Amino acid sequence: MEDRDNELIGRLLGPAGPEIGCDACFEELDRYVDLEAAGKDADAAVPGLRAHLEGCPACREEHESLLALVREDQGPAS
Amino acid sequence: MTPATTTVPGVMRTSSVAPGTRLDPESQELLQALTGSGRAYDDACARLHELLLRAARFEVTRRARSLKGAEADAIATEAADDALLAVLRRLDDFRGLSKLTTWAYKFALYEAAVKVRRHAWRDRELPVEPDTLASLHGGVPGPEEDVEMRERLGTIAAAIDEVLTPHQRRVLVALAVNGVPIDVLAERLSTTRGALYKTLHDARAKLRVQLEETS
Repeated sequence: MEDRDNELIGRLLGPAGPEIGCDACFEELDRYVDLEAAGKDADAAVPGLRAHLEGCPACREEHESLLALVREDQGPAS
Repeated sequence: MTPATTTVPGVMRTSSVAPGTRLDPESQELLQALTGSGRAYDDACARLHELLLRAARFEVTRRARSLKGAEADAIATEAADDALLAVLRRLDDFRGLSKLTTWAYKFALYEAAVKVRRHAWRDRELPVEPDTLASLHGGVPGPEEDVEMRERLGTIAAAIDEVLTPHQRRVLVALAVNGVPIDVLAERLSTTRGALYKTLHDARAKLRVQLEETS
């Protein structure tokens, strides 16, 4: 019950820090994901995108899928 | 070991990749063909469509496991077709800051995800907006409920009533309380995901300020 209420509060109040919007997220998502997949600091390169993913379920799902797809292309880590 | 990259030649003036930008060989080859003409262009479009269809099927499989094979494939194919047009229309926007395949995939994933969300809600009415959050959490707390949590939710509900415009409240309640996907709400309200998220962001900011002032 408490977890559910905390999740609801999280959805109502959104991320605390500065965030970019959905359009900017879409524009930067490929660069962000390629940096993540390469093990680089994507959050430093695209400030505010991680916070947006916390606040926007749709963009978060698309980020998860793009990262999974790129990692599938990379193949198993040697 | 030197990374396997090449430099985009200056002849590729139809893309926005800055001269000197280092692209991986696959992106380089595909971009050259897509900014060319004739048979090479047609072959590149066919290859690009294959990549987009793979990405669209990937998304449909992840997000809509209950869809039947033919229905799922129809959604994926339509998403790939729409994504191909979007990629070709926006090829000038590719700056070479990622792999071309990653850049293209995001269009297919977006198209597929939006179609899946809208398909799932195609026969559903939007939930009726509750008067306030208090109506969801009013009454006597159950034995497992935290009184402080109940009070916090009540404070947020009061702030929603006090500081949000009717439109902000409608959007916030639909997205954050009732779980309506943002693309479904955007379609029903004849607006865009970006515009709705801006409304949601502004509503959240007003709530945070109000909660700080009343705490």
